[in-house]
Amino acid sequence: MSILVNKDTKILVQGITGKHGSFHAEQCLAYGSKIVAGVTPGKGGTKFQDKVPIFNSVAEAKEKTGATVSMLFVPPAFAADAIAESVDAGLDLIVAITEGIPVNDMLKVKQFMKGKKTRLIGPNCPGVITPDECKIGIMPGHIHKKGSVGVLSRSGTLTYEAVYQLTQRGIGQSSCVGIGGDPVNGTNFIDVLDLFNRDPETEAVIMIGEIGGSAEENAADWIKANMKKPVVAFIAGSAAPPGRRMGHAGAIISGGKGTAQAKFDALEKAGVTICRTPADLGSTLAKRIGK
Amino acid sequence: MNIHEYQAKELFRKEGIPTPKGKVAFTVDEAVAAAKELGSSVSVVKAQIHAGGRGKGGGVKVAKSLDEVRQYASQILGMQLVTHQTGPEGKEVKKVLIEEGSAIEKELYLSMILDRDTSSLAFIASTEGGMDIEEVSAKTPEKIHTIYVDPSVGFMPYHGRKLANAYQFTDPKHQKQIAILGEKLYNFYLKYDCSLVEINPLIINKAGDLLSLDAKLNFEDNALYRHPEITELRDLNEETPGEIEASKYELAYISLDGEIGCMVNGAGLAMATLDIIKLAGGSPANFLDVGGGASKEKVQAAFKIILSDPKVRAIMVNIFGGIMKCDIIAEGIVAAAKEMNLKVPLVVRLQGTNVEQGKQILANSKLAIIPADDLKDAAEKAVAAAKGAK
Repeated sequence: MSILVNKDTKILVQGITGKHGSFHAEQCLAYGSKIVAGVTPGKGGTKFQDKVPIFNSVAEAKEKTGATVSMLFVPPAFAADAIAESVDAGLDLIVAITEGIPVNDMLKVKQFMKGKKTRLIGPNCPGVITPDECKIGIMPGHIHKKGSVGVLSRSGTLTYEAVYQLTQRGIGQSSCVGIGGDPVNGTNFIDVLDLFNRDPETEAVIMIGEIGGSAEENAADWIKANMKKPVVAFIAGSAAPPGRRMGHAGAIISGGKGTAQAKFDALEKAGVTICRTPADLGSTLAKRIGK
Repeated sequence: MNIHEYQAKELFRKEGIPTPKGKVAFTVDEAVAAAKELGSSVSVVKAQIHAGGRGKGGGVKVAKSLDEVRQYASQILGMQLVTHQTGPEGKEVKKVLIEEGSAIEKELYLSMILDRDTSSLAFIASTEGGMDIEEVSAKTPEKIHTIYVDPSVGFMPYHGRKLANAYQFTDPKHQKQIAILGEKLYNFYLKYDCSLVEINPLIINKAGDLLSLDAKLNFEDNALYRHPEITELRDLNEETPGEIEASKYELAYISLDGEIGCMVNGAGLAMATLDIIKLAGGSPANFLDVGGGASKEKVQAAFKIILSDPKVRAIMVNIFGGIMKCDIIAEGIVAAAKEMNLKVPLVVRLQGTNVEQGKQILANSKLAIIPADDLKDAAEKAVAAAKGAK
């Protein structure tokens, strides 16, 4: 078991003919992910690398190939439209990698998604991977190892850092999910914690947050009430000055809210093992689960 | 992106949001001419810099004659204005807003932001106008009212009634004006892709009308591509040379106070790198995220920006190559280090895609690079190197 995606997941790629889309579609194929279709309006009928059929619409790609998940690389100005199209087509999951989608576009998309069956991960995220089964995203596949630790993060490269530290110690991962660094995203910490909590193969979870918003505080409340598995957490941005956006659109301390300290405190109170330095993510998790 | 108060007020006027008459001036003579043109008995001279707390710092003066306008404008123009948001060195004032004086009956606070928890837009309203709203929020949270607007329905009349209640308005004129203002601000926020609209204070004047006495606007960087008219309002005087250079290459760069220059890929890892430098007893000189698929030229530009910062006593490069290939990073570093004649210690931690090729390029370059194995090792070596370089 794993969460969200596995070896049978059939994937279509929105924006497969673009620079990023084509590069990463190739990487995911090499990892063994089942990419069954590409979608680029106007390029229907052609093939990606002579093997993956390209369609003009998501609905057509879904109908002809049985794809249920979209990996989305469409440029920011057109990404909201592409997400909405996949929601409209009734896909199960959209993994939106695109960085820089205007917040107001995402607000509209989020309203549109209410009551629909589709789940959105991201945008501005590294994607989702279930090691040795399915990689949907831009993470380097080779650093992962199959196992039982769930990894959950708002940041891409910091997720790789955590995964690498685990793998170095021989500790594998069940699934790794990047929920993205934007202020309006499809899936939050609680959604994924809940999935890990119910996944029999996941024994423990590493959660990586960052300054800005109150998603980590909300997750702490949820963990206290519901989480049955050990959680280790790190929050990036202790050294960040207030009022400045630290790369991610969502990473900003404003009005004295969203500080790393407040998030560490909330998580600690919820029984989460706090990791004060990103260098100790692997060792702290190992200690917590007695490995 | 931030803009000045005078620019914000011009946009307000364009969209029919009531604000006092005013004009920007770059010289003392222009300031006097502007006051003459406004013709009001009382004028306000307001320093235009991108920072709050200008009044407390001596950047806002009320002038009762043209002579006083001249006096205050010559004091304020060219001064280093220090506020709680500028840092101790302050900011040089290069322009002032000359505005007609307003007779204030009551001061209120109104702002609009994104509420992340509910994915909706929110008005923040308070009867405590003209004060530091963060202080009001901390001391008297019951005086802060948050009114959420679901984007699927937009601003409705009941939101206007909620705003009126928050301000305890009993006069139907005020109730009507706040409802109109709320709707205009909501539309304004969406039309221009703002990330903050703040009016502090929003006043009721002696005539009983609502008026935006101040205006602070932030725009969402990701949406600027569809607002060329806003992009034109950017003031390069408000940015450091490093930040201007970084924006040309689309690098996320923020200048900080410390002495260890950082180059990292990914925002989260870049933040974590600042954290670990602090934990190791050092102090970062900047935040710099070179991003995912950076080219050699971009890496080179990033490295040059760090090297151009006179505060920097050591450099820490921390790369976890996923999309970013380590050999490209290494090529960029070597090119920039040779071009700029690298004199400060350089600690490099490379991991991930093409790491061996990257290490080889660095080794072949004959640059005095201090290699590091992991995050902690890199931070400790960088801190030690910065101390040694003093």
